[in-house]
Amino acid sequence: MGRFLLVTIQVDMHDQLALTLQDDLTQRIVSDRAKGVLIDISSLDVVDSFIGRMISSIAGMSRVLDAQTVVVGMRPAVAITLVELGLDLAGVRTALNVEKGMALLQESVG
Amino acid sequence: MKEIDKNPLAAVFRKHEAEILAEWTAEQAARGTRRDPAQEAELRSTSKEFLGALVAAIREGSASDTAAPNWAPVRELLGELSSRRATQGYSPAETATFVFSLKQPVFGRLRRELSDGQALGDALWQATLLIDSLGLYTTEAYQKTREQVIQRQQRELLELSTPVVQLWQDILALPLIGTLDSGRTQVVMESLLEKIVETGAAIAIIDITGVPTVDTLVAQHLMKTVAAARLMGADCIISGIRPQIAQTIVHLGVDLKEVTTKASLADAFTIALQRTGSRVETARAEMA
Repeated sequence: MGRFLLVTIQVDMHDQLALTLQDDLTQRIVSDRAKGVLIDISSLDVVDSFIGRMISSIAGMSRVLDAQTVVVGMRPAVAITLVELGLDLAGVRTALNVEKGMALLQESVG
Repeated sequence: MKEIDKNPLAAVFRKHEAEILAEWTAEQAARGTRRDPAQEAELRSTSKEFLGALVAAIREGSASDTAAPNWAPVRELLGELSSRRATQGYSPAETATFVFSLKQPVFGRLRRELSDGQALGDALWQATLLIDSLGLYTTEAYQKTREQVIQRQQRELLELSTPVVQLWQDILALPLIGTLDSGRTQVVMESLLEKIVETGAAIAIIDITGVPTVDTLVAQHLMKTVAAARLMGADCIISGIRPQIAQTIVHLGVDLKEVTTKASLADAFTIALQRTGSRVETARAEMA
């Protein structure tokens, strides 16, 4: 049985850092044989379309590597902004917090 | 000779305030239809107050520019009077007429005091302008009061009509009443998402029995709400779809995506219970 990875995204994420994150994550998924990735965005007060796209990309990459992604910790204001921006992150699963996210991953993987 | 005495109108007001008040009150009593003694007493004291403030304003400064600072007490008084009258059910015309009726005694007094035609003409014109602008001010104040009432009611309506209730563990219900415009959608989304965070709910049942029409805009707003809830980890079920609405949805080609829809709230609740791992059993009565 594979392992789960936890990614925490902070506000000051810019282009270079995002690319680095994607690199690191995809490598870790393969090297750890991870089956699940938890993306924790609970420390994000605001999101813009850049971060929205980045989350979608990460989820896509994980899927390609046969790992499930769950995004957790979305704040109400952030959810509303994403929806208004038209980024409903289709295909990305979500949970309210890390515990529920873990439960979700274990269900779908285990 | 004092500055204000050079202005005939101001002088007349100042010297004959008491007589003008007496004539005005008599005039109102003769004209008015409301003869309730309490109301008559109130009318007398209001007239006295108003005239007193008017004379004081003229004493302080210009007798023509009612927007000037010396007229502030008069404006305040008229504003209060207007608001009071508005809530008591008087029409704006009645309140304005109260002010306009001051012209009769004032004109009468001016005719008695000023013999020179030119001076009389000027004073009459000045008096007309002054009393007209004060009368108009009452209608403006009335409008403002009504608008405030309407705005307050709108706010209350918005708050009242978007409750989010917890039906069961992990299950929320959102009964929508009335049309869903972009403003309300914002309020709905915020309430729902906050409740999801508060209760950790996994399912939200949006009941649209009370939504009169569903067009493409309303459907869009609904989908936005569903998407926002999903981002918070909660699934939505839409219930209360009337036959008419179902037809409209299909005719308009509205895409509800993978959102589960049920005709009744009861059905939606049953599904929600199943999904959250609960079950409903009917207790059998024990036979003796």
